[in-house]
Amino acid sequence: MKTSSNAADLLFEIGCEEIPAGMIARAASELQVILEKYLTSSNLLEGAPVEAFGAPRRLVAIAPAVRLRQPDLAREVTGPPKSVAYDAVGRPTRAAESFAAKQGLPLAKLYTVSTPRGDYLAAKQVVQGRPAMEVLAEVLPRAIAEIPWPRSMYWTGIDGPRFIRPIRWIVALLGGSAVQFQFAGIAPGKHSAGHRFLGASKIALRGAQDYEQKLRANFVLARPEERRKKIAREIQALTAKRDLRAHEDPALLDLVTYLNEYPSVILGNFDRGYLDLPQEILITVMRDHQKYFAVENREGRLAPHFLAVINLERDPKGLIGAGHERVLGARFADARFFWETDQKCRLADYLPKLAHVTYESRLGSYGDKVERMRKLAGWLATQWFDSGVLQAHAAEADRAAELAKCDLATEMVREFPELQGIVGGLYAKAQGELEEVAWAIYDHYRPASPEDAIPRNLTGCAVALADKLDSLAGCFAVGLVPSGSSDPFGLRRAALGVVRVILERKLPVSLSRGVAQAVATLVSYPPHLKLDKEDKRGAIEKLVLEFILDRARYILRERAGFAYDEVNAALAAGADDLVDAVRRLEALKLIRRTKNFEPLAISFKRIRKILEKAGPATVWRLPAVQPELFAEEAEKRLHAEAAIAARQSAELKRTGSYREALQVIAGLRPAVDQFFDDVMVMTEDEQVRKNRLTLLAELLAEFSTIADFAELAAGEI
Amino acid sequence: MKAKVKREVRRRERPDPKAPTFQQLIFDLQKFWSDRHCVLQQPYDVEVGAGTMHPETFLRVLGKEPYRVAYVQPSRRPADGRYGENPNRLYKHSQLQVILKPSPADVQDVYLDSLRAIGIDLKEHDIRFEEDNWESPTLGAWGIGWQVLLDGLEITQFTYFQQCGGVDLDPVSVELTYGLERIAAFLQGVDNVFDLRWSDDYTYGQIRLAEEQQFSVYSFERADPVATRKLFELAEKEAERLLGSYKGLNTEAKRRFPILPAYDLCLKCSHLFNLLDARGVISTTERAALIGRVRQLACRVAEYYLDQRTSLAASEAQPVKVLAREFA
Repeated sequence: MKTSSNAADLLFEIGCEEIPAGMIARAASELQVILEKYLTSSNLLEGAPVEAFGAPRRLVAIAPAVRLRQPDLAREVTGPPKSVAYDAVGRPTRAAESFAAKQGLPLAKLYTVSTPRGDYLAAKQVVQGRPAMEVLAEVLPRAIAEIPWPRSMYWTGIDGPRFIRPIRWIVALLGGSAVQFQFAGIAPGKHSAGHRFLGASKIALRGAQDYEQKLRANFVLARPEERRKKIAREIQALTAKRDLRAHEDPALLDLVTYLNEYPSVILGNFDRGYLDLPQEILITVMRDHQKYFAVENREGRLAPHFLAVINLERDPKGLIGAGHERVLGARFADARFFWETDQKCRLADYLPKLAHVTYESRLGSYGDKVERMRKLAGWLATQWFDSGVLQAHAAEADRAAELAKCDLATEMVREFPELQGIVGGLYAKAQGELEEVAWAIYDHYRPASPEDAIPRNLTGCAVALADKLDSLAGCFAVGLVPSGSSDPFGLRRAALGVVRVILERKLPVSLSRGVAQAVATLVSYPPHLKLDKEDKRGAIEKLVLEFILDRARYILRERAGFAYDEVNAALAAGADDLVDAVRRLEALKLIRRTKNFEPLAISFKRIRKILEKAGPATVWRLPAVQPELFAEEAEKRLHAEAAIAARQSAELKRTGSYREALQVIAGLRPAVDQFFDDVMVMTEDEQVRKNRLTLLAELLAEFSTIADFAELAAGEI
Repeated sequence: MKAKVKREVRRRERPDPKAPTFQQLIFDLQKFWSDRHCVLQQPYDVEVGAGTMHPETFLRVLGKEPYRVAYVQPSRRPADGRYGENPNRLYKHSQLQVILKPSPADVQDVYLDSLRAIGIDLKEHDIRFEEDNWESPTLGAWGIGWQVLLDGLEITQFTYFQQCGGVDLDPVSVELTYGLERIAAFLQGVDNVFDLRWSDDYTYGQIRLAEEQQFSVYSFERADPVATRKLFELAEKEAERLLGSYKGLNTEAKRRFPILPAYDLCLKCSHLFNLLDARGVISTTERAALIGRVRQLACRVAEYYLDQRTSLAASEAQPVKVLAREFA
């Protein structure tokens, strides 16, 4: 048998017109997974894994060791039972002959194997391995076609292949020889292309070993790490000597890494006069519109410079820098024009215009939404104020909610939509609104991403919660429920925001009352929404609550790092007050590792099972445990100790000492153990049985208010 | 010291009296594309918001016949008017539009050659193709492509058409839309569009400023919303009346059917809608509804145009062979 230890490197490059920068990293990792899957399943991959990376005009995968030929595969085929294959005197029957014929082997080559079901006739078949070239010719075009894209196109005709942009060349070299196939009318070859303007348009390659170096010589840095380092290095060199630094922006660094094949950094200047504009606006123009890094001085204030990443080696005549400066100057001039024009009237003067801006056709205009937000934010602030712990002012929450959406009608936000909220906050501040109100407007879309902070003040939290709860209640009421990747109204983000604002600011919010308030508010603005019926409103409330709790579970698991069953246990015992639920969760996590806890939790599970088996509680539940029915010492003991523990733990719970309360409960373990050792719950005597069931039911109810232990996964306790 | 030298170089470069005038730029690009077998067309004589709306694009990209065309299209965007006071924004700007059908494999390289042809040294300037998928909801059209940036300035929209008038396109056409004012300002090194040299004797401002002022006044202040809306509805009704009669016609009557005038009426609707929008009298909800109405007209025009072409197919001019080949 031939075992091919001959292996060679595979170089696979998909040459493409400029791929959108934000999609390259993901596509490269998909290509890696797909290719590895095919090479593994076709038994071609030898040891070293596939790696993949990308640049604007190429996706590259390299497999350092691919077998030149698939190993042969020996396979045993079982035929008829021996008793059927041979007759009494041991001569082969027709069954044996036809099996041999089917296998293409002479009878002499057949043999018998013994199996648990008896002896069987068998044949050995060797599946010949195919040359890797042949397999790759089938697999590589499939790999190209399987790379998923957010929005693909066709270019050779409507029945042609789809990809993110037209493919213009393919390199597929196994040990230096081209794999033969066709994709989108292109046959792979040895030739790649260099940088559009600085490199050769045809570069002959030998394989993976000379790939990176040949590309580098043609001004393409194929690996993103190399490009990223070059950018960071040049930024450092340009800023350090001027005692400046780039405004930190990892997302932008990532973007420019994938926007250029040979990135270089240049420093440009802008008119110092523009520094009067708020830096949020300047940075947005530079980052989002021009992909420039803003530059700060040592105090962290913006300096009149920017860093542009260009796709060339240098800018010897300064022409490129001058061009970028001119473009940025024009953009800043626009921004200043908007800043001044918008403020010819006050922020509140934009309110009437919101009546013409639709939020959602059935949910009315932004004017309607603002009315709802005012009501909700005021309600929240009043609740907090009345709780006595938080200095919230309903009047400020109301004012902030009233002005929160006004900037949607300004020129600035029309031009820079990503500045919504921020622009309103800046205008409010410039026009003398209370600082608390201005920051609340500024922050009320927060948190906009997992990395983003929550609003900085209490009023901002009230407006942010009001906005998000209203969006959730409204959209669920009209059936705009997120599904799969489609979530046009950002409801997942809204629900995550609700949870994070409550948890991080430790707000005393009853989720069910908050959601009910939001749904009730919907009925008045706009008035035509038909939600009057109690049951309809109840159904919406339930959906919204479940949706929010789902996000809460996600955050507690994925971000706070709690075990999933602990999260379920704590939330099952009550999730209306999320802050309290997390306190219970923390206590549970600590107590779980102590010695009495695990057996006790198992006992609680057992109790729940017994009660479930006993049928509906109405059949067996007594109004109260009757001590005179106790027959065993162990039940008397459990009853007595549970009563003491209940008093103690209730006291501890009241002061929020959940850990201590759980400790008290864990102390019941000996009594519980003894009960199960000595007492037979489902005894003959009906009254005694009912009494025991009632004892257990009371125990379970009493001690499940911190966490539902039955939710804990037994094996992991 | 070094910085000083650099600054002097920059000053000498701008403004550059040797750079091509606005009209020379147009000649250069037209010559370039004419040499590459494009039909040189003239601007369309109905108000449009973009070169894509010219029937030489909207209708020609439909169906199978190859075609190559280039033309300048003055494009009116009432909401972008700034009374001639903003150095970059215009009520009416000029696009040079190129349609290559089918799209050749080396189209990016040829496009870059066209930049060289108008005097841009691509080793001294930063050119990039940045993702920007074009979409026109009023035309039921969209495509995949980029905006081409020259030292951070957007100079061209580069699009592989996927759908037009609601019809999936086969073959795919490529559309190149050059922003002529921006490119000219770049070449001449001027910061204000009105300072552009149009010809050796006139500036852009001398020729166009009054037009910018007057149309801004009309779009933002004087256009009568009621009258404009009526005009919109009249044009829409007339288009619908025409289109409504197409389906029942026999082959001969279909051959004679005035689909091109119906398209003109659709274009009028689109422009009147833009005017109403600039006038600030359309709510967001109504906006979407009006766009939908214009799109419906555009999609029906596309459908009947294709139907009419297939019924005429055999008698029409055969595609010239040279059109199908690559540039290289």
